Amino acid sequence: MEILGFLLHGFAVALEPQNLLLALIGCAVGTLIGALPGLGPVNGVALLIPLAFNFGLSPTAALILLVSVYYGTMYGGRISSIVLNIPGDEPAMMTTLDGYPMALKGRGGEALGLSAVASFVGATVATIGLTLFAPLLVGFAIRFGPAEYFALFMLAFATIGGVTSGSFTKSLLAACLGLLLGTVGLDPASGVSRYTFGWYELYDGIDFIAALVGLFAISECLLFLEDRHQTTGASRELGSAIPGMRRAGACKATIARGSLIGFIAGVLPGAGASLGSFLSYTLEKRWLGRQGDFGNGDPRGVAAPEAGNNAAAGGALIPMLSLGIPGSGTTAILLALLLSMNITPGPLLFDQQPDMVWGLVAALFIGNVMLLVLNVPLVGLFARVLRAPSWLLMPVVILVAFVGVYSLNNSPFDLYVMLAFGVLGYGLRKLHMPAVPVVLGLLLGGEMEFNLRRALAISGGDWSILVGSGISVGIYAFAATLMVAGLVYAWWIRRTPEAG
Amino acid sequence: MAISPRSLHTVAAAALLGLGLSVSTPSQALPISECIAPADPGGGWDFTCRSVGKLLYDLDLVDNPVKVVNMPGGVGAVAFSNVAGKRADDSDLIVATSTVGITQIAQGRYPGGVDTMRWLGMLGTDVGVVLVDDDSPYQSLDGLLEAMVDDPSSVVMAGSSGVGGWDHIRALMLAEAAGLPDDQIGSVRWVQFDGGGPAVTQMMGGHVDAVSTDLGEIAGFIKSGDVRVLAVLADKPLAPPFEDLPTAVSQGYDVTGYNWRGFYTGGEVSDADYRSMVDTLKTLYDSPEWKQVAERNGLVPLWRGGDEFNAFVRDTADKVESISREIGVIQ
Repeated sequence: MEILGFLLHGFAVALEPQNLLLALIGCAVGTLIGALPGLGPVNGVALLIPLAFNFGLSPTAALILLVSVYYGTMYGGRISSIVLNIPGDEPAMMTTLDGYPMALKGRGGEALGLSAVASFVGATVATIGLTLFAPLLVGFAIRFGPAEYFALFMLAFATIGGVTSGSFTKSLLAACLGLLLGTVGLDPASGVSRYTFGWYELYDGIDFIAALVGLFAISECLLFLEDRHQTTGASRELGSAIPGMRRAGACKATIARGSLIGFIAGVLPGAGASLGSFLSYTLEKRWLGRQGDFGNGDPRGVAAPEAGNNAAAGGALIPMLSLGIPGSGTTAILLALLLSMNITPGPLLFDQQPDMVWGLVAALFIGNVMLLVLNVPLVGLFARVLRAPSWLLMPVVILVAFVGVYSLNNSPFDLYVMLAFGVLGYGLRKLHMPAVPVVLGLLLGGEMEFNLRRALAISGGDWSILVGSGISVGIYAFAATLMVAGLVYAWWIRRTPEAG
Repeated sequence: MAISPRSLHTVAAAALLGLGLSVSTPSQALPISECIAPADPGGGWDFTCRSVGKLLYDLDLVDNPVKVVNMPGGVGAVAFSNVAGKRADDSDLIVATSTVGITQIAQGRYPGGVDTMRWLGMLGTDVGVVLVDDDSPYQSLDGLLEAMVDDPSSVVMAGSSGVGGWDHIRALMLAEAAGLPDDQIGSVRWVQFDGGGPAVTQMMGGHVDAVSTDLGEIAGFIKSGDVRVLAVLADKPLAPPFEDLPTAVSQGYDVTGYNWRGFYTGGEVSDADYRSMVDTLKTLYDSPEWKQVAERNGLVPLWRGGDEFNAFVRDTADKVESISREIGVIQ
C-alpha cells in the first residue's frame, strides 16, 4: 500500500506541534466566521492569508491553517441556519429548511449535534476520496464539458419543486424570479451589459451573499418589527447536542447518500458546494418520499445537506490540487496562495511535493476530528445566544449583516442590494413564497446559462451538442425519471387517503 | 495668566501636527498608502497589489504598510469610475491594471478613456501562449493556422477572456498574420472559461481544440507534458525553463502578445507627485527582491514608466480598438 505509506508520512508532518496548533486555531476561527451571517469560507480564508504571510509560515503550515479555516467555515455555516434561520453562507442555505423548524420545536441542540456528525462524515468521506481516488477522479472530471455541466444544472432545476414543502407552483415561480435576477450583469458570451441601468456595480451581476443575507436576515428582522409580541425563550430551548449525535446512527443511510452526492459535485469544478448540498437535499427528499416529513423539522433534512456540503468542500480540493483548477471562490484563493509560495498545483504536484500534499490530507483528517470535538461545547455556547431576547438579538443580526456585506467589496452598493432583497424577502414571506429557490435561481442560473452559451459556441449554434455524450444523456434520463416519479407520487398521494 | 488645560491640548495638538507635517514633507510627496485591486482576492490584479504593496513597505519606500482594497466589478470599471469621480487627485493611491484593463477601455467599457487617468508604469509581464493537447492533430503553429484559414469555423479556440477580450484578440492577431481575411475573422469559434487552467483541462477533455492564454496560468501543464505549446507570443525566446518554447516571430508570424501588470493613479494628480510615484515604483522595480517575486509568479520583469508608459498604453488601446472593429465587438 503505497498510499498508506504516504499518508503515514503525512500524519508525521501534520502532527508536528506547530501544525497541530495551527489546525486548532483554523478550526475555531473558521467555525466562528462561518456562523456569522454574510461571512463565509471565502472571507474566512481571505482574512487569514495576510496572517499566514506575516508569520512567515512554510507553505505546508500556511495551507494547513487555511484549509482548517475552510473546513471550519463549512461546519460553522449551519449554526446560524439552525439557530436563527439565517444561513451563515451559501451552501448552508438548505439546512434552514429543516434545521430551523427543529429549533422552533425545541430540538435545536439535536439538530446541531446531528449536523455536526453529518458534517464530520461528509468531510471524512471526501478526504478518504481525496486520498484514494484523486488521480482517477481527475480523469472523470475532465470529461465534463460545457454540455455536460448544462445537463447537471438542468437536473438541479428539475428537482427544484422538491425544495420546499409548500406549493409546487410557488417554488417554480420563485425559481423563475431567481433566474430572471440571474440575468443581470454582463452577457457571458458577448460582454453586452444586461439590466444594469448604467451601474457598473451590476456588471458582475447581483452579489449572491448580499442577496442571501437580505432575503434571510433582513427580512427576518422586518418580520420581527411587525410582530412585537413574539415571545422567545421557553419555546426556543436548545437542548443538548448528545441525542442528536446518537440520532446520527438512524440517519446513516441519508448521510452516506448525501456525502456521495456532495463529493461528486465537489470534484466537478463547475458544480460546487451549493449544488452539492442542494442536490443532496432534494434527492433525499425524493428518495424517502412519504416516509419523510421534510420542511417541518425532519432530522434527515438536516443530515443530508450538511453531509453534502462538507463532502463537496473536500471534493473541491481534488481539482484544485491536481489540475490547478479552482472549483469555488475559496479554492481560487488557496490556489493563489500556493502560486505565490512558488508551488504550482497541477498533475505533478503529488509527485513533486509529497510532504505538502500528504501533510495537508492528514491535517484534514485531524481537523475533522477537532471540529467534531469543538462542536460539543460550542452547542452550549450557542444555546446562550438563542436565549438572548429578540430585542437584543435582532440588532446584533442587523449589525453583523451590514458589516459582513460591506466587507465583501467595501462597497455601499452591496448594502443597497441587501436592503432591496430584504424587502423582497419580506414580500415573499407575506405571499408564502419560499426564498430558497430565488437564491438557487440566482446562484445556479448564471453558470447554467454560461455553460449553455459555451456549448453553443463550440458547436457553432448546433443544439444537438447538448445530447452529444453518454454523460449528458444519462443525466437527462435521471432528471426525467425523477420528474415522472414526482408526478406518479403526487397522483398516488391523491388516491390514497392520508394515514395521518 | 492662567493657561487652561484645554488650550494646552490645542497647543500640543498643533505642535504634533506641525511635527507630523514637517516629517511627512521631505523631498518626496505623500508616500503611496493604498492600492486598489479592482477584482476579488486571488486574481492577478489582487496579486499585483499585494506583492507590490508588501515590497514597498519591506524596502522602506513607504512609511506604513500599504493598504490593499479589493473593489471588484465590471472588469475594473467600478474602481475606474470610483477613482475618476471621487479620488482623481489622491496622490497616495495606486490602482492595479493590466492589458485586460486597457482592452476594456479601448472597447468603451469603462466610464472614460485613456486620458482619464495618469499611467504610472508596468513592472512585469506575462506572455501569451497558444497550445494544443499533446495528442492533437495540430503539430505546429503552421498546421493550426492553415486549418483556420481554410475553414475558420473548423477550429474551436478557448481562453480566459470573453469574445473581444485579450486572449481572443491575441489569437485573432495570429490568424490575421496567417492571412485570414478581415471579413472572416469573426467566424473563428471562441469559448470563454473562468481562467487559463479550466480552459486547458477542457481542451484535455477534448471539448475544445486549442487554447490561447497567459503562460503563467498554465505553466504546470507545460512542465507535466500534458500539452503541446505551438507558440509563445514574445519577441524573443523566454528565460529557462521555457527557453525551448518556439516564439510566433521565429515561425514567421510577427505577433507578440504580452499581458503586463502595472498601475495607474487619478488624472488630477500633480506632475510633481506623479513623478515621485513613478520614481518610487522604478526603485522597487530595480530591486533584486522584485525580480524574485516576479519570476516566482511566472512574470518576466519589464519596466516602462512615466511618459513612455503613457504613450505605450495609448498605442495598445489604439491597436485593440482597430481589431475590435474588425471582429465586430465594437461598431
